[in-house]
Amino acid sequence: MSDLIQIAQETILAPVGLAEQDLDRMLGELTGSGVDAADLYFQSSRLESWVLEDGIIKEGAHNIEQGAGIRVISGEKTGFAYSDELQLPTLQEAARAARAIIRGGADQSVRIAGMPVPRQLYAPINPLPSLSETEKIDLLRRVDSEARQQDPRVKQVIVSLVGAHDVVLVAAIDGTLSADVRPLIRLNVHVIVEQGSRREQGSSGGGARESFDYFLDQERALGYAREAVRQALVNLDAVDAPAGAMPVVLGPGWPGVLLHEAVGHGLEGDFNRKGTSAFSGRIGEQVAAGCCTVVDDGTLPGRRGSLNVDDEGTPSQNTVLIENGMLKGYMQDKHNARLMKVDTTGNGRRESYAHLPMPRMTNTYLLPGEYKPEEIIASVDRGLYAVNFGGGQVDITSGRFVFSASEAYLIENGKVTRPVKGATLIGNGPEAMTRVSMVGDDLKLDAGVGVCGKEGQSVPVGVGQPTLKVDELTVGGTEQ
Amino acid sequence: MEQRKAELQQLVEDLLREAKRQGASAAEAGVSSDAGLSLTVRLGETETIEHTRDNGLGVTVYFGRRKGAASTSDLSPQALKETVAAACNFARYTSEDPCAGLADAGLMATDLPDLELYHPWKLSVEQGIEQAIRCENAARELDPRIVNSEGATLNSHDGLQVYGNTHGFIGGYPASRHSLSCAVVGKQDDSMQRDYWYTLSRQGDRLQSPEQVGMIAAQRTLSRLGARQVATQQAPVLFQADVAVGLLRSFVGAIRGSALYRKASFLLDHLGRQIFPEFIEIHEEPRLPVGLASAAYDNEGVATTRRAFIRDGVLESYVLDSYAARKLGMETTGNAGGVRNLRINSGELDREGLLRKMERGLLVTELMGQGVNMVTGDYSRGVAGFWVEDGVIQYPVEEITIAGNLRDMLMGLREVGTDVETRSSIQTGSWLIDRMTIAGG
Repeated sequence: MSDLIQIAQETILAPVGLAEQDLDRMLGELTGSGVDAADLYFQSSRLESWVLEDGIIKEGAHNIEQGAGIRVISGEKTGFAYSDELQLPTLQEAARAARAIIRGGADQSVRIAGMPVPRQLYAPINPLPSLSETEKIDLLRRVDSEARQQDPRVKQVIVSLVGAHDVVLVAAIDGTLSADVRPLIRLNVHVIVEQGSRREQGSSGGGARESFDYFLDQERALGYAREAVRQALVNLDAVDAPAGAMPVVLGPGWPGVLLHEAVGHGLEGDFNRKGTSAFSGRIGEQVAAGCCTVVDDGTLPGRRGSLNVDDEGTPSQNTVLIENGMLKGYMQDKHNARLMKVDTTGNGRRESYAHLPMPRMTNTYLLPGEYKPEEIIASVDRGLYAVNFGGGQVDITSGRFVFSASEAYLIENGKVTRPVKGATLIGNGPEAMTRVSMVGDDLKLDAGVGVCGKEGQSVPVGVGQPTLKVDELTVGGTEQ
Repeated sequence: MEQRKAELQQLVEDLLREAKRQGASAAEAGVSSDAGLSLTVRLGETETIEHTRDNGLGVTVYFGRRKGAASTSDLSPQALKETVAAACNFARYTSEDPCAGLADAGLMATDLPDLELYHPWKLSVEQGIEQAIRCENAARELDPRIVNSEGATLNSHDGLQVYGNTHGFIGGYPASRHSLSCAVVGKQDDSMQRDYWYTLSRQGDRLQSPEQVGMIAAQRTLSRLGARQVATQQAPVLFQADVAVGLLRSFVGAIRGSALYRKASFLLDHLGRQIFPEFIEIHEEPRLPVGLASAAYDNEGVATTRRAFIRDGVLESYVLDSYAARKLGMETTGNAGGVRNLRINSGELDREGLLRKMERGLLVTELMGQGVNMVTGDYSRGVAGFWVEDGVIQYPVEEITIAGNLRDMLMGLREVGTDVETRSSIQTGSWLIDRMTIAGG
């Protein structure tokens, strides 16, 4: 879609009087002997957020960011500078600063050419005006009242609505000229319930690369309200969680954060080039049970983690990471791919123009197996059934990972019995994946709220999985 | 810097004037401008050199009790007008909120002492690289079991912040922040471990030496090699100072106004009640010269002051900004933007003394995950650390969790160490807690 390039040029370059030839000339100045790669990344983003609390529209805020990042690479060295002013002299100063890692002058001319983006996974729209302010407020109020009318024990409801319109343009000395227009919306509901002296919370939400109408479709947003209240009420009855190693059944969808932490980060190209991941040098080895096939797929239409092109202008892909338990490949950006002598997988992402790109996940999920979810639960004598999670974290080098359940139940004699309080689960990535013994037929992706942090940079991601059983994970409860 | 400060003050005044012109009854605005250098070396070679330069401008307008806000990274006059207009537009749609508005005029800071927060570090890129290489070399050369490195990173940043509101308050100050960190990988029998160390100060010449940082990073990595699980059990837990900071931060989160008026805190209605043992005092010292979190006024212009939150183990004050204070029918504590240089009093034992006092239990040196429920106080985290017998470290442990409830943990605090962590706006020594549930193999 070369019209994406046209939109990006009109949005970012034209207002400051920059043309394609200016980019050619700037890139030319970045070349020279010893320069392996260099790129310019222009970005213009608008973000809008609304918060309802205590039944009133408490906050409305707007943010505009615009700028350019300039990167020059020589071998394993990277020089980087950025500017929030897009005037040519300021950009040239930033370019000189970035290029200072290399001695010697520029000696090549560069001619960039727009490359067609192979497909359009989401419409190149600005979602912010897709509902009027009055309609947005009305939506927040309906979500609030839906939550409150579920149960008189609901004491506090906080609803937030966020929309972003992100336009990016990438030009590189290898001739790349690419662009993307990325809408992103999100709605979250957080509730506090009270029963006697006991209080609990629940939260739910969703989002996509869509217009705000997405939340009105089939009353989707009201569903989030009902779900948040349901979770909070379940937690009112929760007993202490068990402590120790036991079988754990993970529900479908968002519990896929397991894959994100246990294997996802460990398969990012930078850690593996440097040899600091527990998965380094293990391509072709069995690193998970035979029933596990894990992919990172940036090509799912409309998904939160999807990208038409990554932040280096490479079209996103569906990359098989683990196939039937065997490690097939890593996620790469251009820099790490070049040093590891493989192809980029379209996973080069950055939080903004003010950050360096690195290999990051998009939508990471495990493909379905053959079991019915009921069969999986019935196979456990005593264990944990965890269906909702907060965040997770991983130590890439040792492979240790945690993720924290926010809704979980005991399984006793093959049956789901009582709800238990939230607890952290801990395991070792490569080990835990070899202990996956049953995979369900109910693959589900999360509702679109994931944020992944790495080296201080946040990017939107998706996760998913079918119901699955890990034969042994350590559950961090208090009940021995 | 003085000239830049005058420019930013002018911008804030322009923003406030523009807000009034567009009909706002009150407004507040902040502008910041930062510049810095961040460089990383790895395996003895330069890996990245980043030149950072960040500007930001934010404005909040009030039309009576309705509020709107907008921000941008663009400091041009045109952007200024548009940003104010965007904020004013939002205020047409937000609700009347009886608690919204500026902090009371009478609370604005009037004395703005120089807190000595700005110490530029005249360091060239070459000198920075040389320091980082010395740091990483010290780590890599310590022991042959250090087999790999994530590198050493040096950061040096200077910033300037100006805040003003339509009470006529305007303040601004420059501040610097410098740091050096190193992370290395060790290997023993086929299993790898990594750990890191860093030094942080407003003054470049007050940082730990590059060699020290590298050596501590390597020692911390080596000490983890051969880690194993321990059995599920209940035992005392010693939180090393750098992770004990997180416990104190959870306490602060639970007495923060926004958590209280939302009924989202396990310390709701605990003012005047005993929540720590009697020997515990916790206070903040916001005007500490050269302090990492020092400021003479908070994010609303309210004068900051030394304040006790815990005295004799009793909760004396919440952490409030003016909005939360109005919601709770109280007065702001000058904590818009958080606590500044919070300290808990130490006992007489250092970390080794605390290990002896614990005798048998778990020394925690790393916490993983977000398993803290602020509504209920339920606490369940992944940890790594060391198993202790007879007051002496026996072996490293990993892949275990600790769990309990923060209410019990705070009351179960037996002693705070003299080994105070000073790299944070929240400062504490190690915490010895009487009993928690450990889940392992």
